[in-house]
Amino acid sequence: MILPFKIAKRDDVPKNKAALILILSIVLALVLSGVVLLFFGLNPIKVFGTIVTGSLGSAMRIQQTLIKAIPLTIASLGILVAFKMKFWNIGGEGQIMMGAFAASWVALNNGDLPSPILLPLMAVAAIVGGGVWALIPALFKARMGTNETIFTLMMNYIAIKFVTYLQYGPWKDPAAKGFPKIPAFSGNAVLPNVFGLHAGWIIMIILVAAVFLFMNYTKKGYEITVVGESLDTARYAGMNVSAIILVAMSISGGLLGLVGMVQASAIEHTLTWGLSSGYGFTAIITTWLARLNAITTLFVCLAFAMLLQGADYIQLALNVPSSVAGIVEGIILFFVLGSDFFLRYRVQWIGLARARAEADGLPLRGGAAE
Amino acid sequence: MEAFLAASIVAAMPLLFATLGELITEKSGSLNLGVEGMMLMGAVIGFITAFYTGNPGAALLGAFAAGAGGALIFAVITVTLRGNQVVTGLTLTIFGTGFSSFVGDPLIGQSVPQAVQAYFAARPIPGLGDIPFLGPVFFRQDVFVYLGYVLVVLVSIYLYKTRFGLNMRAVGENTAAADASGVNVDFQKYAHIVFGGGLCGLGGAYLALVFVPMWQADVVTGRGWIAVALVIFASWNPTKAFFGSFLFGALSILGLRLQSMGFQISQYLVDMFPYVATIVIVILSTHKNRKEDLPPADLSVPYFREER
Repeated sequence: MILPFKIAKRDDVPKNKAALILILSIVLALVLSGVVLLFFGLNPIKVFGTIVTGSLGSAMRIQQTLIKAIPLTIASLGILVAFKMKFWNIGGEGQIMMGAFAASWVALNNGDLPSPILLPLMAVAAIVGGGVWALIPALFKARMGTNETIFTLMMNYIAIKFVTYLQYGPWKDPAAKGFPKIPAFSGNAVLPNVFGLHAGWIIMIILVAAVFLFMNYTKKGYEITVVGESLDTARYAGMNVSAIILVAMSISGGLLGLVGMVQASAIEHTLTWGLSSGYGFTAIITTWLARLNAITTLFVCLAFAMLLQGADYIQLALNVPSSVAGIVEGIILFFVLGSDFFLRYRVQWIGLARARAEADGLPLRGGAAE
Repeated sequence: MEAFLAASIVAAMPLLFATLGELITEKSGSLNLGVEGMMLMGAVIGFITAFYTGNPGAALLGAFAAGAGGALIFAVITVTLRGNQVVTGLTLTIFGTGFSSFVGDPLIGQSVPQAVQAYFAARPIPGLGDIPFLGPVFFRQDVFVYLGYVLVVLVSIYLYKTRFGLNMRAVGENTAAADASGVNVDFQKYAHIVFGGGLCGLGGAYLALVFVPMWQADVVTGRGWIAVALVIFASWNPTKAFFGSFLFGALSILGLRLQSMGFQISQYLVDMFPYVATIVIVILSTHKNRKEDLPPADLSVPYFREER
C-alpha cells in the first residue's frame, strides 16, 4: 500500500512541543470518552461537570479526593521503581494486601502498645510483607529469567484469597455475631489526623522526594535505570544484575506494602479483602502517564484521585456506575501511548506522486531527500 | 470420574478459546496482555446480545466482534503507532474491566434467556457419544465445546500446513526477513491480533452464556492471565494448548470435588489452586531448550523497516 506520507525517526522533541502533544492527546481522549458516554445515553458535560464538583466542590469532597491520592501516589512510586527497570510488576494489588496483612497482624496482637511505637512497627511489618511478596517473583526472575508479568499477577489472586480466608475463617471477629469481619484495630493503631487529613499525606510527600532523589541522584537508582535501558550494557559495565533486580523489587514491593498499612490503619481500621481497591492497577496507568518521574507522579495521581472520587460521587448523584472511571482511564492512556509515536517519529507529507516514485525506486525529480 | 472429566472439559473451554487466541497473536509476533480485558468485553457483549435478541448466533458474533474490537485498539497502538506492547496490553485489560462492569451494570443478576440456554445444552453426538468412557467425557457436550475441538484442528492446519500460516509464522520469527520476501508485515499482524482477540471474546462469552449462565461483574476472574501462561506452557502449539486447558479446567473444579467427597478444606484456599498451579507452570516453562519449544524469535520486538 502506498501512503502519501513518509515516517522518519527523530531524536528529540522540544519540551514545549512534547507538552503540547501530551495535552492534545488527553483532550482528545476526554472528547472520545464524552462520545462514549453520549452513546450510552449520558450527557458528557453533566458527567464531567459532576466529576469536577464531586471531587473539588466542598472541603469534605477535597478531603475525600486527597484520601484517594495518598495510596495511589505511594503505590505509583512502588510501580515506578519496578517499571524503570522494565520489570513489569503488576502484582501491586497483592503486595498491598500482604502489607496490610502484616501490619494488621502487628496491630491486632499489640493493640496496647503506644502509637509512637506501634505505628512504626506496623509500617516496618508492611514493608517486609509487601517486599517479600514482590521478592518471590523477583528471585525467580533474577535466577532463572522466569516471566514476571504472569507471576506477579497470580500473586495478587493468592494474596486476596488468603486475606479472604482469614476474614471468613481464623481471624473472624467472634463478637460480630457471625458477620465475616476481622476485629477493628485499637485506637493506637490508627494513623492520627494532621491538618484535617490522616498522616499518610506526610508519608506520601516524604516518599515522593525520597524516590525522586533515589532514582536520579544515587548509584543504585542509576543502576536500576541502566538495567531497564539495556541488560547488555549493565552486564558489560560489571553490574550485578541479579542483585539490582532484588533490591529494586524489595523497594517496589515495600512501598506497595506500605500502602496496605496506610489503608488498613487510616481508612479501614482493620484488614478486609477489598482493601486494595484497584490502586495497584490504577498505579500502572498513573506511573506510565508520569513518564516514570516521581514528582510528576504526584500531580498525575492528584488528577486521577479526582477522577476516582468524582466517579464515586456520580454513582450517588447521577446513578452512573463508578466503573466509568476505568473506561476514561483506559481511553486516556490509549491516547497517550499512541501519541508517543509523534514524539519519536516525524510524519512528513510528501504527496502520493512522490510516494509512488519512491516505492518504485525511481530517481526523484527535484525532490532531493534530506 | 467420567462426570469429573466431562465437567473439566466445560471448565476448560473459556481457557481454550483464549489460549488459542493469544497463541495466534503471539505467533504473528505480538504479545497482547489484554486477554483478560478482551474476554470481559466479549462476555458482556455476548451476554447483552443474548439477553436482548435471544439469538445464540448473534450472541457469539457479538462476543467475537467485541474481543476483536478491543484487539483492534491494541493493533493500532502497537503496530501502526509502535507503542509499548506490555503497557498497551495492560491498559486494554483495565479498559475492558471498566467497560464490562459499566455496560453490564444494569443487567447484574439477570439470566441468559431460555432459548439460548437450550441451544447451549448438552447435545450428544450420535455414535461417538456412545463410546465407553470417551463418549461421556468428550462427546456429550454443548455445541460450543465442539466448536472448540474444531478450532484446535483448524488452527493446527492453518499454522503448519498452509501458506498463510507459514507467512504469519515468518513474521513472528523474523519480521525483517518476512518483509524482505514480500510478506505484508502490518497486514499479518493486524489480521492475527484482531482474530486472536475475537477468540478471546468467545472465551469470555462461554463463561457468561454457558458456564455461569447469568451476568455477574468480573466473570473472568484471572482466566485471561492463566491463558497467557498456558500459551507458554503449550510451547505455542494448539494441540498442547488443548491439553493444558483441560488440565487447568480440571484443577479449577478439583476443590469442589474434594469438598463434596468430604475433605475439610476452606473454599478460599481451594480457590487458590489454579493460580498457584499457573505460577508452577510459568516456573517450569522457564527452561526450555528444544527449538520447537521456544517462543517466536521476534515476539514483542517492535519493527520499523527504516530503523534497520
